[in-house]
Amino acid sequence: MKAKPVKRIASRFRAGKLWYLRLYVAGQTPNSIAAFSNLKKICEDHLSGRYNIEVIDLLVKPKLASGDQILAIPTLVRKLPQPVRKIIGDLSDTEHVLVGLNLLPAN
Amino acid sequence: MKHNGSKFTPPGVRLPKCPTGIHGLDEITGGGLPRGRPTLVCGGAGCGKTLFAAEFLVRGAEEFGEAGVFMSFEETDAELKANVASLGFDLANLVRRKRILLEHIYIERSEIHETGEYDLEGLFVRLNLAIDSIGAKRVVLDTLEALFAGLPNEAILRAELRRLFRWLKTKGVTAVITAERGREQLTRHGLEEYVSDCVILLDHRVNDQIATRHLRVVKYRGALHGTNEFPFLIGDHGLSVLPITSLGLNHKVSSKRVSTGIPRLDAMLSGRGFFRGSSILLTGTPGTGKTITAACFAQAAARRGERVLFFSFEESPDQIIRNMRSIGLRLEPLVTSGLLRLRSARPTLYGLEMHLATMFKEIASFRPDVVIIDPITSLMVAGTDYETKGMITRLIDYLKGGQVTSLFTSLTHGGHALQQSEIAMSSLMDSWLLLQDLEGNGERNRVLYVIKARGMAHSNQVREFLISNRGIDLVDAYIGPNGVLTGSARAAQSAREKAEALAGRQEASRRKRELENKRKELERQIGGLRSEYESGTEELRRIDNQVGTQTRLLTTERSELGRLRHADADVVNGARARHNSRREKR
Repeated sequence: MKAKPVKRIASRFRAGKLWYLRLYVAGQTPNSIAAFSNLKKICEDHLSGRYNIEVIDLLVKPKLASGDQILAIPTLVRKLPQPVRKIIGDLSDTEHVLVGLNLLPAN
Repeated sequence: MKHNGSKFTPPGVRLPKCPTGIHGLDEITGGGLPRGRPTLVCGGAGCGKTLFAAEFLVRGAEEFGEAGVFMSFEETDAELKANVASLGFDLANLVRRKRILLEHIYIERSEIHETGEYDLEGLFVRLNLAIDSIGAKRVVLDTLEALFAGLPNEAILRAELRRLFRWLKTKGVTAVITAERGREQLTRHGLEEYVSDCVILLDHRVNDQIATRHLRVVKYRGALHGTNEFPFLIGDHGLSVLPITSLGLNHKVSSKRVSTGIPRLDAMLSGRGFFRGSSILLTGTPGTGKTITAACFAQAAARRGERVLFFSFEESPDQIIRNMRSIGLRLEPLVTSGLLRLRSARPTLYGLEMHLATMFKEIASFRPDVVIIDPITSLMVAGTDYETKGMITRLIDYLKGGQVTSLFTSLTHGGHALQQSEIAMSSLMDSWLLLQDLEGNGERNRVLYVIKARGMAHSNQVREFLISNRGIDLVDAYIGPNGVLTGSARAAQSAREKAEALAGRQEASRRKRELENKRKELERQIGGLRSEYESGTEELRRIDNQVGTQTRLLTTERSELGRLRHADADVVNGARARHNSRREKR
């Protein structure tokens, strides 16, 4: 499930045109739900059509937590483009998220 | 060898304990850490927190069959494996056998942006997975404080830590959480606030250039515990905590005796030497023969088939063997046969605790019947007086607990044979021999006293201590009107006595000869007189006979004449003849 979309659009990822984001959650907690909807909104506003979000529920797949060194929930990991960046929290501060994703230069 | 000290017995219900397997710690805490609860281990950098935690897991897996999770926030798996390998722990093997699971948690603040609310559920998920995957009963978090550096929001972090410790309790695992020592608090971030069941403080201090590690159980809810600071060591078999006062004075004693190796010394100790399992102090100024006496004892013990461990802090094993050969003690064969083991170390090589631990380890592996430490005073430079006494107490207790006879030599300086430190030490000793130099007549001579020997009637006499190429001999010192005479003075005195005795003997034999001569002279005179007398008697008898014959002849003639003359006067003649012969006799 994880690998398929990566393969299909690998060339576009390599070109840096497509963003691959992963959101780690643990069950349907208010923070997780908020994070997902906040992320969705930011992506639609700034990365429309060139992003891919994968949501990983650690309660379902706990083994995936160590791969990205997840501690905090929710955590958003920008897998691509490189370098990997992590943003923790419910992503309610849009400006911070954009800075974190390097879509806005840090002031 | 097990400590036979009294165990703490808390009243009422005993808190379930989780043995750490760390040597000595379980004795202090009365059985280990609180089972199913978190324990905080805090201390400064380089105190051994991580090793403490690692040993807790390794011992748990190896000795108590409890799997463990090591969650490291600082070291990677490979680093951790390499670090604990120095303690002789094969972590990699335990990991392969799924007895221990290593989980490295990496946090880099520069990679993390914070936006809004979050929690640490990811940590919980990972910990939970790790615990469940190997059925862990023990958990180590080393060190949680890395979270404070990695996560910006302290309020969230604190709330989550509180939740974490609660969760660990409900999970039923015994956890060790390490933390850096803080300036005013026990830990830099006040973790002790959350972990309130058991707090252990590790400390590494330098005193007079010698570093000693100490461990203290600051808090142990629901259980009695030793509150003192206990020195501990990190050796190549893990940590060992050395309880100073864990031992009661309740070791078994033996009434068997062992020879000192010097017959006259045995004789001074009511004829049979030291008690087995007793502690013996041998003090003396430099060059009084302490090492030699100790070596004699060692040789005698090894020849009886006992195992002897000889710790030397002055000479190398080869040097001891060579030097003892010069007085006719051959230690080599005993070393070769494995009955005698010589161990040398520089006293300043490491701290007192390390010395003690090394000795404990040697003793535990060699299992000797006799232990000799030459000299114990060398160790005093490796620690303060108080520490030294504590260490010797522990050493003696340890040896007595194992019924090991121990001999300590002690070097005294200057003219004072009994120094303060010795007096302090001597109270721990069962027997105390003093070797001393007596100076006089331009020479120094060695003498030996038995100052005390608990439990036996010992000689109060001073003996001169002679070292020759045939070993040690004790001779009676000459005690005369001018005090004790030793060495050439004693020899001169005994020569003088010998000369006097010889002269006396010569005089007596001369007088005897004289008397003999006189007697012979008298006998000779008596012989002469007797022969004179006998010759006189002979003469007399001859004369007598002559007279008798003449008379008879005369009588016969007269009778003939008378017969011829028909005279009847024979009666008259006969009477006259008898009268004549009587007169002649006279």
